[in-house]
Order: sequence, then C-alpha cells, then structure tokens
Amino acid sequence: MTINLSTTTLIDKIAQDLGFTEISNLTDSILIKNKELISIATFLKNTPKFDFQMLVSITAVDYIEYFEIVYHLLSIQHNQRAILKLRCYDRESPSVPSVVTIWPGAELQEREIWDLMGIQFTQHPNMKRILLWEDFKGHPLRKDYLR
Amino acid sequence: MPIKTEPTIINLGPQHPSTHGVFRLRVSFDGEKVINVEPVFGYLHRGTEKLAEERTFTQIVTLTDRLDYESSMTNNLAYVEAVELLANVSVPERAQYLRVLVSELQRIASHLIFTGFFLQELGVFGTLLMYCFRERENVLDLFEMLCGARITVSYMRPGGVTQDAPPEFWKNLDDLLNKLPQLLDDLENLITDNEIVLARTKNIGILSPQKAIDSSVTGPILRASGIEWDIRKANPYEAYDKMDFNIPTGSNGDCFDRYLVRIKEIRESINIIKQCIKSIPKKGPIKNSEVPFFLRPESGEVYSSIESPRGELGFYLVSDGGIAPYRCKIRSPSFINLTVLKPLLIGWKMSDLVVIFGSLAVNMGEVDR
Repeated sequence: MTINLSTTTLIDKIAQDLGFTEISNLTDSILIKNKELISIATFLKNTPKFDFQMLVSITAVDYIEYFEIVYHLLSIQHNQRAILKLRCYDRESPSVPSVVTIWPGAELQEREIWDLMGIQFTQHPNMKRILLWEDFKGHPLRKDYLR
Repeated sequence: MPIKTEPTIINLGPQHPSTHGVFRLRVSFDGEKVINVEPVFGYLHRGTEKLAEERTFTQIVTLTDRLDYESSMTNNLAYVEAVELLANVSVPERAQYLRVLVSELQRIASHLIFTGFFLQELGVFGTLLMYCFRERENVLDLFEMLCGARITVSYMRPGGVTQDAPPEFWKNLDDLLNKLPQLLDDLENLITDNEIVLARTKNIGILSPQKAIDSSVTGPILRASGIEWDIRKANPYEAYDKMDFNIPTGSNGDCFDRYLVRIKEIRESINIIKQCIKSIPKKGPIKNSEVPFFLRPESGEVYSSIESPRGELGFYLVSDGGIAPYRCKIRSPSFINLTVLKPLLIGWKMSDLVVIFGSLAVNMGEVDR
C-alpha cells in the first residue's frame, strides 16, 4: 500500500537538515513558507530517504482570505506520498516561485493555475494562459468570479 | 555564398484527423526536422471543475463521464472513490467486484481504440481500426446491458453501482472473453512483427525513465519506459488486492514499446476479468443503502487516485460541509502526459511527429476538461 509519509518526520528532518523551523503541521500535509519552497523541494527530491522524484499534481484552492497551493509528491521507489502546501495572502497579484526547474512536470499545471486561478509563478519559462484564450478577462476558478 | 534559410511554421490542427479531438500543434521545421513545438489546446474546455462546485456530490458523476469519453467507467470510479474516502462510505463486496470488472472492460475498450488509431496514424487506413472498433462494440454492448448507456455510462455512485448485471450480461461477457484472445493474436500477427510498423516505431520517440518521472508521466507511457509502476498494484483499491496479474513494462521507451505495453495490458485485463467472474459473490447488495440522497461530508480534503487506461487519474476534493464540493480538482493523466510532448518531438522528422503524438494517446476531453 502507498503510505503517506508522516508529517512530523518530514518537519523534523527539514528542521534538522535545512534549519527551517517555521513549518506548520496540518495533520496530513505540511504548510511551508513561500521563500523556502525551492530549497525544501530540492531537498525532498534529492534526499534518498524521501526520494520524491515525481510531482503528481499541483493545484490551488481559493479560501477567500488566502490562496492555498497544494503539491502532491510521490516517491515511486519507496511507494510513499507527501503533501506540501503554500499560502498566498495577496489577492491583487498573488505569486509563488515556480518549481519547473526541479520538477519539469509542473510546467503545464502551473500555467493552468495561472489561467484559472490567477496565481503567477515566478521564473516559469512560459507563463501564459493555457485553456482559455489570451484576452480572456478574469480567472474563473476564483470564488469571486462573476460570469 | 551560404544560402539563407529560415524555419517553416506549420499549424497541425485544430481540425486534423490524427489529433484525436480538437488540438493544435504549432511546429517549426528546419527542412524536415522539428525544431520547436508549441501545443495549443483548450478548444474543448467546459469548466468541469467550476461546474462541479455547483452540483451535488452525486450529480458530479455525470460530469466525469465527459472527461475522457473513451473510458467513462474509470472516470466514474476515480471520482466515487474520492467521495467515499471523503465521506467515509463503505462499498459492498459485490459492487467492488463489479467495479473492477467494468474498469477492466473499459481498459480493453480504450486500449483497442488506441491500437486502431495508432495504426491509422502509421498510414494503415481503415481495416485495423475497424477490427478494433468491432471488438470494442461488444464491450459497449455489455455496458448497455448494465446501465442502458454506451459512452456516458454514469454507472457508479458513492457507495456502490446503480444496477446489478442482468443474466444475459454474464453470457455475453463469456463470449467476448473467448473471442478476445484470438483477436489479439490476429492483431499481433498483423502488427507486432510487421516490418513497416517496426521501421516506423522502433527507436522512434524514445523517452528515458528519468525524463518520464521528472515530467510526471504516468500510465502505459511510464511503464513503456521500463518503470514498473501501477496504482492497481502499488495501492490496491476495490478488489484489486485479490487479483493476480502482471505489470507489463517496456525496455526502450519508444513508440513500439508504448504500443506493445498496451496490447499486453489488454491480455492482463482479460485475466483479471476471468478472476473477477470466478470470485465475485453470487448474491449480495450492490449499493450501500445508508448513503443519503444529499451527501454532506464533513469539512476536509482528500486526494485519491486510480490507474485509468491513460495513467494516474486523481481527484482532489475539498469539502466545507455542504452538499457540493468546495473545490474539485481533476488530476487528468492526458493533460500532464502532454508535458513530455515538446522534448519528445524536437529533433524528429515530420513523418514521425504524428506517430509520436499518437503513441501518447491523449484524449482531449480530459486535457481540456
């Protein structure tokens, strides 16, 4: 069976090896700081104990006070999964770092999030709309989007 | 004096017989060589994720039929699995077996379509496509007996399935299972050792295992690159833990392997269905009767995924305690498998382009959602 890696193990290991201590435990996922994303992502991918080589999916949820960006990670070798979360409190021009350089599989998914949820990914090679056309107004998956 | 050259840009699609739907490729060619590719899609975008936020948990089943319209059963299954996990609903054993049975039938149908169209893309017009469609037709007939619909089946509900299989279903299923191996042998006789097919597909469009994992590729494409990863084995859902089957893998990761893995998967599916028929409980409920008409799962979120014919199909559901999900994200395998299209195509000749694209077997209903 695929196991979900215990969040306390993750938090302890990250604090021990990277020195990031402000990580919240959300029982089945961990909430990290936006500026720490790239180092944590690289660490999780390259540490043999975790080996999260595959980014299964990225998605964003609009909780009105903030956007939550959810990363589902998978290690094929250890048959384990983990969930990372980021929060973005800016509604006008929310932006988070792109993980395309670490997991190229994020490319189209980050474009989809920009298109439908309106979150910019900095350092993304091609941050354009993907499902809707270029001059479409607004981002339909936001809760305040009006038809 | 050197001759001045510049790349030719060709639009493949949106309406093009080999693009499996409405899909456009802007390709730059240097002579016959592909130097840049820009996939353009979204022509079939219906806003399924947004629509789901305004429908009850049961109504969304009908939306999932229309994602990958060549494998509605597995779409249904992926969705109801996520809802069951979110709302803590149990499924009777007979329903679990029925679900496995129909998903494997659907896998056969979907892979048969792939085989037919893949050959079409190689230039074998009509004949083999019709052979494959003729057998797929039998699978669709079985679905019609089960639930009255052939494509948009909506067969599953949170907590079970809608109807039990009628007696004639089992008879027809037996007939199909007896016929299929012969068809597969015939197909393989025609295709697998065919010199022209080999020349067009062997060592074409090679995807290395590392590249496949990095690009989040799943399903038969990942397995063709030699990685033994199948959610049915890695995280058995429904009755898959009681089934005995192999995971076919390729060795090269080229177009031919992607074709061969799928043919082998059809054989494994037949094997699973036979085991299902043997061990399915003869009687028993097919639906959990305690599931209310309006499901109101407690606030929370869940991600659940299954092995669809195209890869990992996952649903990420967020509930706020209401009758509709707060957020319903669909992790569609076709969409994410397209990530690999650009690196896979660059450097190949124009004639290989359609073959490589065909070997990925994307379904636009699922890409655009």
